[in-house]
Amino acid sequence: MSETRNIAVTVNGKRYERSVDVRLTLADFLRGPLGLTGTHLGCEHGVCGACTILVDGQSARSCLMLAVQANGHEIATVEGLAPSAERLHPLQEAFRDNHGLQCGFCTPGMLMTLVEFLRDHPNPTEGEVRVAISGNLCRCTGYQGIVAAALDAAGRMRKGG
Amino acid sequence: MKPPRFDYHDPETVPEVVGLLKTLPNARMLAGGQSLMPMLNMRLALPDHLVDLNRVEGLAYIRETGGALEIGAMTRQRDIEFSQLVLERCPVMHEAILQVGHRQTRNRGTLGGSLCQLDPSAELVAVAAALEATIAVAGPKGTREIPFSGFPKTYMTPAIGPDELLTRVRFPLWPRPHGWAFVEFARRHGDFAVVSAAALLEEDRGKIKRASVTLGGVAAAPVRMKEVEKALVGQTASDALFRDACEACRKIEAMQDVHAPASYRQHLAAVLSRRALERAHARTGAAKMSS
Amino acid sequence: MGFVGRSVTRLEDAPMLTGRGRYAADVSFPRELHMRVVRSSHAHARIVAIDASAARELPGCVAVWTSEDVAEIPPIDFRSTRVQGLEPHRQPVLARDRVRYVGEPVAVVFAEDPYLAEDAADLVTMEVEELPVVLSADRGTEAAVIRKGYGDIEAAFRAAHTVVDLDLSIGRHSGVPLETRGAIARYDAMRDALELHGATKRPHANRDLLARMLAREPGSIHLYEGHVGGGFGVRGEIYPEDVLVCAAALRLGRPVKWIEDRRENLMACNHSREQRHRVRAAVDAQGRILGIDDEFFHDQGAYVRTHGARVADLTAGMLPGPYRVPTYRAVGHYRLTNKTPAATYRAPGRYEATFVCERLLDAIAAKTGIDRVEVRRRNLIAKTEMPYARDLDVIDTEVVLDSGDYAGLLDQALARADWAVLQSELEQRRAAGEAVGVGLAFFLEKSGLGPVDVARVSMAADGTFDVVTGAASLGQGVETVLAQIAADALGVDYRRVRVAHGCTDRIEQGYGSHASRTTVMTGSAVHIAATKLRENMQPGCSAQGSFESEHMTYPYGVHIAVVNVDRDTGGVAVERYLAAFDVGRAVNPRLVEGQIEGGVVQGLGGALLEEFVYDAEGSPLSVTFADYTMPTACEAPGIAVLLTEDAPSPLNPLGIKGAGEGGVNPVGAVIASAIDDALGVAGAVTRLPVTPPRLVEIMRAERR
Repeated sequence: MSETRNIAVTVNGKRYERSVDVRLTLADFLRGPLGLTGTHLGCEHGVCGACTILVDGQSARSCLMLAVQANGHEIATVEGLAPSAERLHPLQEAFRDNHGLQCGFCTPGMLMTLVEFLRDHPNPTEGEVRVAISGNLCRCTGYQGIVAAALDAAGRMRKGG
Repeated sequence: MKPPRFDYHDPETVPEVVGLLKTLPNARMLAGGQSLMPMLNMRLALPDHLVDLNRVEGLAYIRETGGALEIGAMTRQRDIEFSQLVLERCPVMHEAILQVGHRQTRNRGTLGGSLCQLDPSAELVAVAAALEATIAVAGPKGTREIPFSGFPKTYMTPAIGPDELLTRVRFPLWPRPHGWAFVEFARRHGDFAVVSAAALLEEDRGKIKRASVTLGGVAAAPVRMKEVEKALVGQTASDALFRDACEACRKIEAMQDVHAPASYRQHLAAVLSRRALERAHARTGAAKMSS
Repeated sequence: MGFVGRSVTRLEDAPMLTGRGRYAADVSFPRELHMRVVRSSHAHARIVAIDASAARELPGCVAVWTSEDVAEIPPIDFRSTRVQGLEPHRQPVLARDRVRYVGEPVAVVFAEDPYLAEDAADLVTMEVEELPVVLSADRGTEAAVIRKGYGDIEAAFRAAHTVVDLDLSIGRHSGVPLETRGAIARYDAMRDALELHGATKRPHANRDLLARMLAREPGSIHLYEGHVGGGFGVRGEIYPEDVLVCAAALRLGRPVKWIEDRRENLMACNHSREQRHRVRAAVDAQGRILGIDDEFFHDQGAYVRTHGARVADLTAGMLPGPYRVPTYRAVGHYRLTNKTPAATYRAPGRYEATFVCERLLDAIAAKTGIDRVEVRRRNLIAKTEMPYARDLDVIDTEVVLDSGDYAGLLDQALARADWAVLQSELEQRRAAGEAVGVGLAFFLEKSGLGPVDVARVSMAADGTFDVVTGAASLGQGVETVLAQIAADALGVDYRRVRVAHGCTDRIEQGYGSHASRTTVMTGSAVHIAATKLRENMQPGCSAQGSFESEHMTYPYGVHIAVVNVDRDTGGVAVERYLAAFDVGRAVNPRLVEGQIEGGVVQGLGGALLEEFVYDAEGSPLSVTFADYTMPTACEAPGIAVLLTEDAPSPLNPLGIKGAGEGGVNPVGAVIASAIDDALGVAGAVTRLPVTPPRLVEIMRAERR
């Protein structure tokens, strides 16, 4: 069988210790052994952005990382975005309220990209939002609802929402 | 699209890497992964051994020494993007890096990875050509320096041995003030450039003292347009001068692919080199006038 | 206080926002095997031998099948059609003695995990004898000829004051949803029940087709729909892989899961749109159309899939659009080539037809000197002529335009776009050196395909309601819209209504979601059922409603787009976009806008960016997202939507027309029109997509 390694990865604040195949991608590790299927695979060659997660707070395409590379690092996925079972993150609320999703497949990647972006750019222009999500493809919305949601979320977060 | 089987190594020092490369057959090095992982996922690369460089110490830095910027091979593109040093001392690199991929790819992608991948359209490779960078490579016999002109061996293949790794790139700096521009035409925002043009100008009261014009995306490696540069030096900068000089770019031998026929690349070469020169010239003036 | 007509927030969003969606790839069963398809790398070849021995020996590989192992499974049938002679061109689930396109399934391997499955598939080798390839519909086997028309077309051209003649092409592109295809089959021997998960679009019809192919009772096959990552027409048809996972689950005694990768998707999922039209129009001295005569060549690819010749049929039947066309002739050559098979993609046949028809109108304007808006006014069918029976049928349904105030919507759109001011603004910018222009395209859509839909509404003990339908979700908001309709009929809050869809188990009869039919057909059935239930609204009670329709409903619209052409690079930026659309009645206006916005951007992809390209040997070159370039948020403009309800449909209780395809329909046409205007050259654009190299060539040709 293929070589395996023991890794310890923190995902959404929870520590996981697993033995993984060295060729297992980070995306497949999250989706398979950890059961976190919120991160989606749309292309597996680093263009569509559906697999976007945060690695130590920075967005990355999880289809382009190996699980073994996440050893010792902190990963944030869409499943960790909502502060509790009863409350949603302002971004999630804004997506819901602005029709920022239709089929929902690109949504986790969009959300994680925007988490980083709004953290670093709390008061963006529409143009800046479009550039920020240009690495995330959507086939359903034409991006209009997503851009509106991002700007709405930025406003909510500035107000402390 | 899952990666093929390989043995995985994650060394922590450069000598360890060199040692591994010496003994492991069919090994590839994994830097940022933005180029190699797609190739692994598509099984276009079938290494027996993967040497992960992400834990190797001492390969990520940006510093100015002796009139040049030295950047470690594992420096993330993101760090180049946000470096104040790069912005001030090497603005053409700053302008170029903003056009490299997307936030997610720049967070992981590295300078060394981009240079070793040698994609014909890669912006950082074009910048290295424009600035006549020197590439430091470590191997079993020690380190050696390769001038950029000798770095691309053939299509997407650098002139480094299978037991060598790129450790650092040294970019000679242009003096302040100078004009710079990096322009590209891509199908969509963040895509690889169909054609890119990097221009650097040093002027003295409107007369061009020194010029660097580099075209990316037209051939396997970036092309320094010496013919254009010669036509510019000693002349008074003007739109007409740039337009006429850049016509020479139409004769460049250009690649053909699904995105563009050769004739279109040649056309873009003339158009973009001209735009880059116009913009660089405008910045020469602005640089002079800024406090 | 009603919910129909209000932009209420969607009911379905919570799981998708929190990463708890259940798309096909998220479905897993214990002991499941993973299927991987071995695909042809030749466009046309005779299979001499297939060697799977190395694959079979790989630890973790459980089985490898070739066509011999599935010899009893017939080729995939198509929907019933009047077009004869297509049977020989159906696709077998695994290639028998010949491969006919790169990507065609030749063998399948079953392994313990997807990584091993791919390893095993890579070990299967083939010996082939290459055969000549045909890559253009100018040649190729003519599987059928679609003929439609009425009136004396030759007389019209004899009487013509002016004739315009165009040669137009639409490039091959397709829906490309962000989720690739997937299918998971599981067999429960105790219940003799075969389950297929990952279904959508037409669950009942698909179930019945699978039943025939697998020689099982339809009642013993159950299709389940979870979350679906977009359909656009290409997902939810029966493909070889769907049949194979089912056969494997039955035979291997373990669940079988197949998840397509993107490379496969771009070369094996239905392509669409590739047609060439040689079309001419005869007009009188006032620019009124006397006749349209169209000969077109439809590049079907290697096989006829589940849609038969419908796309060509739709093209021919819808081409006259919203205009009065006294005589008409369309001859569609439906031809096979060695490329990926083609079928329906959002507004199938109409994206193409509108491009052709609107190019004709622009050409008529240019040749007669009549303003392009005015020439359209003179030809648009008037409100007073509704319902307007065109002497044509489309997908076996008579074309009767049910309602419409085309001129009225044109006026509203021009007013919203501030047309006169816009024209002078653009003139000023052109005088200053910019290559800017505005395009306009009017279009007719069709929706609400019958024949019937059935819904059941029941009241639960806790005072909430269940609506069971045969509809399918592609992500469009079915649960919300149908809940709104039910809620109004019941007089309750829409949040107390749960809508079930996509499951063959819960309702006997269903026609799925396609052809923009759901809000019309299922919505009407839900309305009828809920209205009945209201008469006796007790916990435990339920009512069934059914709605039949022999005719479709016809929404319509006009798009206006401003483009900026970079004369040096050939790049096109879309600066402004207005989509005006009359849907009769908008149940949830924001969701309708969302459909239009998404459709517009897909349409822009087809107009400027997307194309499936092949090399001379028939190898597909657009097999990654780096080569098949879809619009990102930077290429998508802000889209203004003017949604109107001037012409409700008289054909259903709520007056609804389906909105799913009105966004994409005219985009090719409007962008072509805008680019012509920007360049100041009538008829400059004859081919989509207008890529930068092509545009540079057009501009160069103009200068000579």
